[in-house]
Amino acid sequence: MASITTNSLVKEYPGGVRGVDEMDVTINDGEFFALLGPSGCGKTTLLRTIAGLEKSTSGSIRIGDREVTNLEPGQRRVAMVFQDYALFPHMSIADNISYPLKIQKVSKQERRTSAEDVGGKLSLQGLLERRPGQLSGGQQQRVALARAVSSRPDVFLFDEPLSNLDARLRLEARTFLKKLQLDLGVTTVFVTHDQAEALALADRIAVMRSGKLQQLGTPREVFQRPANTFVASFVGSTPMNLLEGTVRDGQVQIGNSAVPLPQSAAGLAGEGQTVTWGARPEYLDVATSTKAGSLAGSVTVSENLGAAVLLTVQLDGHDQDVQVVVGEDFEPAIGTSVWVTSEPRRTLLFDSEGLRIGD
Amino acid sequence: MTAEQRGATPAREGRNMLGHFLGLMGKTVFTALVLAFFVIPVLWLVFAPFDAHPSLNVKLPEFTFNNFKVLLANPNAIGSLGNSLILALGSMVLVLVLGSLASYSLSRVRIPGRDVLLYTLLLLSSIITGTAAMVPTFLLMVKLGLIDSQFGVILVLSGGILPTVIFILKDFMDSTPKSYEESARLYGARPLRILWDVVIPLARPGLATIAVWAVVQVWGNFLVPYILLRSPSKSPAAVVMYTFYTEGGQPNLALISAFSLLFSVPVIAMYFFVNRRYGFRFHGGIKS
Repeated sequence: MASITTNSLVKEYPGGVRGVDEMDVTINDGEFFALLGPSGCGKTTLLRTIAGLEKSTSGSIRIGDREVTNLEPGQRRVAMVFQDYALFPHMSIADNISYPLKIQKVSKQERRTSAEDVGGKLSLQGLLERRPGQLSGGQQQRVALARAVSSRPDVFLFDEPLSNLDARLRLEARTFLKKLQLDLGVTTVFVTHDQAEALALADRIAVMRSGKLQQLGTPREVFQRPANTFVASFVGSTPMNLLEGTVRDGQVQIGNSAVPLPQSAAGLAGEGQTVTWGARPEYLDVATSTKAGSLAGSVTVSENLGAAVLLTVQLDGHDQDVQVVVGEDFEPAIGTSVWVTSEPRRTLLFDSEGLRIGD
Repeated sequence: MTAEQRGATPAREGRNMLGHFLGLMGKTVFTALVLAFFVIPVLWLVFAPFDAHPSLNVKLPEFTFNNFKVLLANPNAIGSLGNSLILALGSMVLVLVLGSLASYSLSRVRIPGRDVLLYTLLLLSSIITGTAAMVPTFLLMVKLGLIDSQFGVILVLSGGILPTVIFILKDFMDSTPKSYEESARLYGARPLRILWDVVIPLARPGLATIAVWAVVQVWGNFLVPYILLRSPSKSPAAVVMYTFYTEGGQPNLALISAFSLLFSVPVIAMYFFVNRRYGFRFHGGIKS
């Protein structure tokens, strides 16, 4: 059990592309930590650099009180679960689980006991004699986890742990993973491109883009107080509405309408400043009659989400659409004039660089 | 018009049938000839050893085991099969060990000009054990003091086989997913350990193919042992067979046929054994 600290960590590929660019992150002991970002953002590179599978170009990595920057992967006391699980197809499940112990020259008898013990904890009883090819995706994943557990590492590293499972199984595996991490209390870093997965599992999330850290915070912070427009649009199952506007008379002018200044940005935006007004579709509402401080427009698309409806509203006098999640009972006809209302404490303001104004 | 058409149809049909028949005949005769070309030597190999008066013709034998009795009395015959076995197995082991190590490293480490190196080696390999390089090879072995040494023969033969082996095995090594090795590496396995625990087991069908191929290559090789070995007691079967003449200077077909049968049995047996146990595959590919 240990914390992980990276200090100005850089991983540069031949040709000058930086997979990881000046990363300073501290992952606390026992924390469930997510690296979130779109594909190619460097999250997997960072994970592999922590594991030692990639050599860092500069900067340092510490695990616990050990400096591991130049250590071999096998000396770092980390266990990694790969996206394809990397189970050895020619070994039985028991041999797969106890393979780390085989390397440590543990006796055959003890390895068997350990495999049964760890396999039992991950509900793999009765599968120990089989080969990986005979197991379902979910079972294979549990074998990969069991192998990681049996090596008794200081740190777990998961590379897209749920991406190879089908949608229904993924939900089940997610809960299982969270419970396992809580039970073991081992510091865990996992990589995902699925924001819902990161929000659901992690204690803290690092959002990355082009090798750079965009924001580091709890799921609540990342969701409610995104540091910039990138994080705002990446996190959330429906992306945040980001509308261009200008500050005028203590309001934000968007097209023909004006909305109240977000509470968090009160007194911080200058008159005439070009800004981006951000509001999550879930936090917006629609009215069928005009209201002060609302955005006027007409419904162009209505998508049923089951318990809710996602409306796309074209704003009057503005070329951006706004999306609103409304209750399932409200199903306006296409073309209906609506007024989109917002709450100032639920909206955010970003400056022309895309950074959030206020706290 | 209609009458003419009706009259023409049977004639055309007849011509078509004749053409079809001739085509079929041609195909059958051709197939039979090709088949005979391959089958007749095999039939000779099966019949002649049991014939009291073997000739170069294939005929039903006047049945006898006498040829084998004469063969057993020959001082070098059975021992030479043992020598062939030493050369074949020795080369096989050497080729498998060196070939796995070389192909694994060539598959994993990026060297500039790696592919050119591989193709050049492949091209040159046919020369090393071939006639063209026989004089320099002989001189080299003289300098090394490896004339009349079975080890020397094993070295030369392995050298000729290795490039092809590396070429084929590299394909198997390439197809082993990197994540298997990385996973083992994270648990502290060193490269040789990973090769032994993970890569070799996955490349086993390839190694089996290579092993059989190497044995067959060495088993049938005449030139290299003929030139590098002096003592008849060290010569392999392929060379000893060359010495089977009658007092009159004619090839002793009784001995040669019986010996040929014994000579081919081990290779055929090994083929069936390996095919059963591992199955042959000439390319890699892991199902995950």
